[in-house]
Amino acid sequence: MMETLLLSRIQFAANISFHILFPTITIALGWTLLFFRLRYNATGEQRWMQAYSFWVKIFALSFAMGVVSGITMSFQFGTNWPGFMETVGNIAGPLLAYEVITAFFLEAVFLGIMLFGFSRVPRWLHTTATGLVAFGTTMSVFWIVALNSWMHTPQGFEMIDGVAHATDWWAIVFNPSMPYRFFHMMLASFLTVSFLIAGVSAYRWRIGGNTDGVRVAMKTALITAALLIPVQILVGDMHGLNTKEYQPAKIAAMEGVWDTERGAPLLLFAWPDQAARENHFEIGIPGLASYILTHHWDGEIKGLNEFVADDGTALHPRVAPVFWSFRIMVGTGILMLLISWTSIAMMMRKDRNGDGRRGVEGLPRFWQIGLVAMTFSGWIATLAGWYTTEIGRQPWLVQGVLTTKQAVADVPAPMVLSTLIAYLAVYVILLGAYITVIFYLARRAAQGKSIEFGVSPSVRAQSRIVAEE
Amino acid sequence: MDMFGDPAIWLPFVFASLMGLSILIYVILDGYDLGVGVLFPFATDDEKDKMIASIGPFWDANETWLVLAVGLLLVAFPAAHGTILTSLYLPVAVLMIGLIMRGVAFEFRAKAPAAYKRLWNNVFFTGSLMSALSQGFMLGMYVMGLDYTLGHFAFAVLTAVFLTVGYSFIGATWVIHKADEHLQRKAIDWAKGGIWGLMLGIGAISLATPFVSARIFGKWFEFPYLLWLAPLPILSGLIVIWLWRMLQQMPFENDRRSWLPFVAASSLWTLAFGGMAYSFYPYVVPEKLTIYDAASAPESLFIILIGTCVVLPTIIGYTFLAYYIFRGKATELRYD
Ligand code: HDD
Ligand code: HEM
Ligand code: HEM
Repeated sequence: MMETLLLSRIQFAANISFHILFPTITIALGWTLLFFRLRYNATGEQRWMQAYSFWVKIFALSFAMGVVSGITMSFQFGTNWPGFMETVGNIAGPLLAYEVITAFFLEAVFLGIMLFGFSRVPRWLHTTATGLVAFGTTMSVFWIVALNSWMHTPQGFEMIDGVAHATDWWAIVFNPSMPYRFFHMMLASFLTVSFLIAGVSAYRWRIGGNTDGVRVAMKTALITAALLIPVQILVGDMHGLNTKEYQPAKIAAMEGVWDTERGAPLLLFAWPDQAARENHFEIGIPGLASYILTHHWDGEIKGLNEFVADDGTALHPRVAPVFWSFRIMVGTGILMLLISWTSIAMMMRKDRNGDGRRGVEGLPRFWQIGLVAMTFSGWIATLAGWYTTEIGRQPWLVQGVLTTKQAVADVPAPMVLSTLIAYLAVYVILLGAYITVIFYLARRAAQGKSIEFGVSPSVRAQSRIVAEE
Repeated sequence: MDMFGDPAIWLPFVFASLMGLSILIYVILDGYDLGVGVLFPFATDDEKDKMIASIGPFWDANETWLVLAVGLLLVAFPAAHGTILTSLYLPVAVLMIGLIMRGVAFEFRAKAPAAYKRLWNNVFFTGSLMSALSQGFMLGMYVMGLDYTLGHFAFAVLTAVFLTVGYSFIGATWVIHKADEHLQRKAIDWAKGGIWGLMLGIGAISLATPFVSARIFGKWFEFPYLLWLAPLPILSGLIVIWLWRMLQQMPFENDRRSWLPFVAASSLWTLAFGGMAYSFYPYVVPEKLTIYDAASAPESLFIILIGTCVVLPTIIGYTFLAYYIFRGKATELRYD
């Protein structure tokens, strides 16, 4: 049973981690495409259309990956976590159902029109379809994040015979952590996409494909990143304050605080040792953690030792993974801040004859390599963030209501192991193929070759693309 | 009429019907595009592109009906959901991996370097085949009451094969409608072969079902009930004969009525499905759990129902819009 639990958790974590990669891209990329499309409608400038037609392909690819991995998610509840729906199904059910009916169908139907309808439907309808797809992905986030947040900060229900019954839907959907999580996730998506676009554009530029379409995409991406990253840090901070109120054990693990203390330092580095219940090799900034979380230099932070049952079992999550993934997320965020602001500063410099800004031309070549290296930084921060949140919730699945152990299915461990291996193999291969194909498409585009999907693209279309690029 | 007053009675029924409806829509819609994938090895490279083009704008929405169906099972009948899916653990995993493979192959086959196109075509075929087989297997196990004995397993393997052939049949009828000339003629031949699989499949399940339980046997063969059921086999038989004769004469002049085989195939599907639903009602886990025992709390179901009533017509509306926009023969799929 223990093994089944562990394997099921690993399998769930693997599946959701794989799934979240693609929504993170499609959510914001949908809106970005709508922006490109609207700019094109307004100005009639080819560069916006070039940006649109390159990124819509990446969008299609990411969307397909998101859909198929999402279907796996919805079956997982039944195959591995039947206790979840049996206990909180009355609450999780409607939220998931609303996601399907308000979001998935909208996306899925209009996706076809958005991708293949360009020359079949009037311009307004194509623009609308693009907008509806973007709206659909955002609705997905709304519902699924409402559910996930409810699992962290449940309210608006009563337990009858061990089963949760809804009493107040408004309270359920807009539960205390929901607004923070929703905005933090949306911003995460926009940042992920910004760095993806900036990275791939920098790559195209470096190999000689610096067309107007590339420039305009890169500029849009860097400006978005620079504007949003401070907001993200602010929202993240507020998210943390909220967590401190509702899940203090998680905060203690994130900050690596064992004994309740005042004036707790912000640990930059430490090696949390769960057995000895202390940190090794601490390096920290005195008082800062207290200041960030309570806005007083000597504010009190509850320590992990408060969350131990009388018989000694820990009622808090494992410390090291929470502690470290939190630092990876925040570290990536700070790196994003530095890189995007420096980029903007370089772009704002006066150009050589002094009568304008340099724009993206102002980014030196070595800097472009840096941007390429940051291409998938959003993924790293997003995964790290979710690991902080989710591992930090353990041993609870629904905080205070249901433990992960109670929800797991009683399928034989070897069976779970075999499916886990199969999923992992598929995921590794697909992730490799996905990244390879993105850069392959970028190379094709840089060489001015058609990167069309299609049944023998017509000569007319091919010559048009070569002319455009 | 008192019965309709109690939401604990009519809500489960409504949700069971909605779930049945989405499963039916799923097996017809994703049935045809999975079928197209299963037929892949029989087509030349050019024809493969055309076949993909005929399902490209639709497959994602088609698959969403599966998400809705399993979603409804999950939300409306949580107790049954766990039982069914844990006992189908491995076939579900095969289905998931199959759907993943074919879903991504759509994109990769067009975007990966040309040298890999054949590879992704094979992935597309394999994924479609895995999905179809595993669905058939699950259907067989479900009919047999979800317990694993050698006999049940063998039966499920049989339904796996038949459902796959059935899918390729409906896939072929879709291609008849969406393709022309050589490929259309080829598809007509595929359909002529596939129709046998379909008949054998429906036949096998119809023969086996009544013997699984005395209750179903009664529903089928005892007097007043017999009359209820009788129209199903008779109608199905008529449609098969009609289809068979039509396929002999196709293609019609000017491509008239090329959509008829697809419609006929869908009707067969619907009839077969209706028979199943009739037999298993009121059970959601055969012979173990009725929809009334397994249902969620009425207030939760009610919340979903309100949303569904508003949204379902909209969904159907824009689904029609999409089919209307991409009507006619499949042409090249282009992003611009
Ligand atoms: C691009 C992605 C990204 C970036 C740059 C950041 N985060 Fe984040 N963070 C996420 C992406 C993310 C996330 C993946 O979206 C999470 C997981 C769950 C959630 O709602 O957001 C998250 C969770 C999360 C949590 C956990 C909430 C909980 O306890 O449940 C906190 C406290 C923060 N974030 C705080 C920050 C701070 C202070 C950042 C400053 C640099 C920061 N995040 C940058
Ligand atoms: C919003 C929808 C989400 C829901 C409903 C959800 C639900 C769950 C469930 C049921 C578990 C328990 C299984 C387990 O312990 O492994 C879990 C754990 C976990 N989830 Fe989430 N999750 C969501 C989002 C995410 C995302 C986006 C990620 C990561 C990218 C994630 C990462 C994890 C991890 C790593 C665990 C394992 C924690 C552990 O076992 O220590 N989750 N979540
Ligand atoms: C346990 C949790 C989850 C389940 C059961 C789930 C389920 C699904 C399913 C079934 C799909 C495919 C929809 C279709 O057929 O079109 C999907 C897509 C999507 N999911 Fe999830 N999901 C989960 C977690 C998440 C999380 C955490 C997010 C983001 C915060 C998310 C955002 C999306 C988005 C935006 C899409 C559509 C776009 C795309 O396919 O990339 N999901 N999800």
